[in-house]
Amino acid sequence: MEKVIIYELESMYRDSFRVTGYRFGSGEKTMCVVGSMRGNEVQQLYCCSQLVDRLKTLEAKGLINEGRSITVIPCVNPYSMNIGKRFWPTDNSDINRMFPGYDLGETTQRIADGLFKELVGYEYGVQFASYHISGQFTPHVRMMRTGFESVQDAKVFALPYVVLVDPVPFDSGVLNYNWQIWETKAFSLYTQETSRIDRRSAMRVVDSVTRFLNRIGAISYDGKAGYIPDVIEESHLISVQTSEAGIFEPLVEVEAQVNEGDLLARVIDPYEGCVRQEIRASCDGVVFFRHSDPLVYADTVVFRLIPIGEFRFRPAGQDSE
Amino acid sequence: MIEKVVSIQLPVDEELRVVKNRIAPEGLPDDAKRICIVTGTHGDELEGQLVCFELARFLKDNMQHLKGIVDIYPALNPLGIDSITRGIPGFDLDMNRTFPGRKDGSMSEYVAAEIFNDIAGADVCIDIHASNIFLREIPQIRINELTAEELVPLARYMNVDFVWVHSAATVLESTLAYSLNAVGTKTLVAEMGVGMRLTIEYGNQLSKGIISLMAHLGMWDGPIPYVREPIVSVDGKVEYINAAKGGIFVPRIEHWRDVRRGEHLGDIVSPLTGDVLVKIESPCDGLVFTLREYPVVDEGSLIARILKV
Ligand SMILES: [Zn+2]
Repeated sequence: MEKVIIYELESMYRDSFRVTGYRFGSGEKTMCVVGSMRGNEVQQLYCCSQLVDRLKTLEAKGLINEGRSITVIPCVNPYSMNIGKRFWPTDNSDINRMFPGYDLGETTQRIADGLFKELVGYEYGVQFASYHISGQFTPHVRMMRTGFESVQDAKVFALPYVVLVDPVPFDSGVLNYNWQIWETKAFSLYTQETSRIDRRSAMRVVDSVTRFLNRIGAISYDGKAGYIPDVIEESHLISVQTSEAGIFEPLVEVEAQVNEGDLLARVIDPYEGCVRQEIRASCDGVVFFRHSDPLVYADTVVFRLIPIGEFRFRPAGQDSE
Repeated sequence: MIEKVVSIQLPVDEELRVVKNRIAPEGLPDDAKRICIVTGTHGDELEGQLVCFELARFLKDNMQHLKGIVDIYPALNPLGIDSITRGIPGFDLDMNRTFPGRKDGSMSEYVAAEIFNDIAGADVCIDIHASNIFLREIPQIRINELTAEELVPLARYMNVDFVWVHSAATVLESTLAYSLNAVGTKTLVAEMGVGMRLTIEYGNQLSKGIISLMAHLGMWDGPIPYVREPIVSVDGKVEYINAAKGGIFVPRIEHWRDVRRGEHLGDIVSPLTGDVLVKIESPCDGLVFTLREYPVVDEGSLIARILKV
């Protein structure tokens, strides 16, 4: 293992800003794994730390294959993490909207550029990502349909779902999109949590990456058996919204299977304790996303369900591969 | 008359309300023109508050000359203004990336949709911004090159110093201005001053510009204020200066003045060591129309924009 500084920026008032990478093996740039990019992504940081720990063990046992190099970058934004801010400390910009970056531009454009120069050229790219709204997810691989996406490869992670998304103009600055455009097979892996640690779901994605590395011949060690993933379109997920604001009281967990009409959550009057709204499943499905803040606004998507039943069966070859 | 544009119940005993002031004389014909003055999308930009005040005050005192409908929306993002938050508090979202919104969307999309629908159909909309807390801007109108032909002639009435025609590539599609222009409501984006402050001179300048535009539109038959002729320029004529190092930026020139190539614009200094870390010199002859106001800079922070002449 070699610890390398991928990008460094000097600061007047703080220690230098450093993006640090851990390299395992040598030779062909096989896979790069990127962890937290926003200051609240502690679970993503934790996942990387566990992956580094595992790769160290494998390397000591000689299980990283000849001519393969794997890099893990646990954190792209230590400055925000260390002060509990989600975005860049001064201008509140999001590094994950700045790719491919610009070396003469604003601070976060320079960071994105410095990082992206390292990221270009890997055969596979993995980002432990988080969603822009806070909540819990069923672990899944998310991919943008850029024309370069490879669903077959995404399935190798063996997480329960592969979710396909059509990029919107807003996405043109995100890492996953740019990585694909620059011909790295890029995958965003979502674990259950973001701002708190969940060891179980973290270890699932670490297993999943280990397994993937084995299947592509980068290491000689197989992760735990996974799932045969379902491929779903994000646009086919069923959103369940609140109609009232108040205290959000969820009654089901992510990954739970629910039937149409089942009670999923309640919105409670914050002063009088009475139920303002009962939130029920609008179809038979699996809970893919669950809102996690204790207070909720009206018209907020608090659940996303993967419809099951007629949707589950699809003619072969319908996946866009 | 104060009218509610949209309201929504917040979780704990509070209603979020976006309101407007409709100023119109009695007995207007059905085809009377309507102009919307909107501001406060970014909660840390306050220069537009003064324009709204000046305009409302002036029109109330001079109703006999008003020949159309003036809708004033001082606070599209009231929670942001009240909490010194640029975006929509609670959503970590830039409101000016949510238009035209969706009626069946989330709270922020719903609010955006109701605001958008309320404005759409007006003859002209002026969306007033105040840069951010980092940069001071000369009063200017920013226009996407795709709409330049229609909008530049209107911008000339606005009493601004500068009209900046942006290339289409840098245009953001989910802004209020883009969305309104897309449905035929001619929208001018004004940028001036600096975040979290009022620049009284600029507020008065733009207010006069709005009256002069209203006169051009046939909505005002009172005395027409004298307006200055703006410099109209395109992207290629704008030079950016970014900080080469982090530190404290000390300007050595005034905002909005002529500079010569090589002229000393400012320094990035170290308060700890007493060293000048970077001496910033102008890369060209031109006019400094954007100048850094917030002293702390990281490497890459924008220091100035110069219009090449
Ligand atoms: Zn603004």
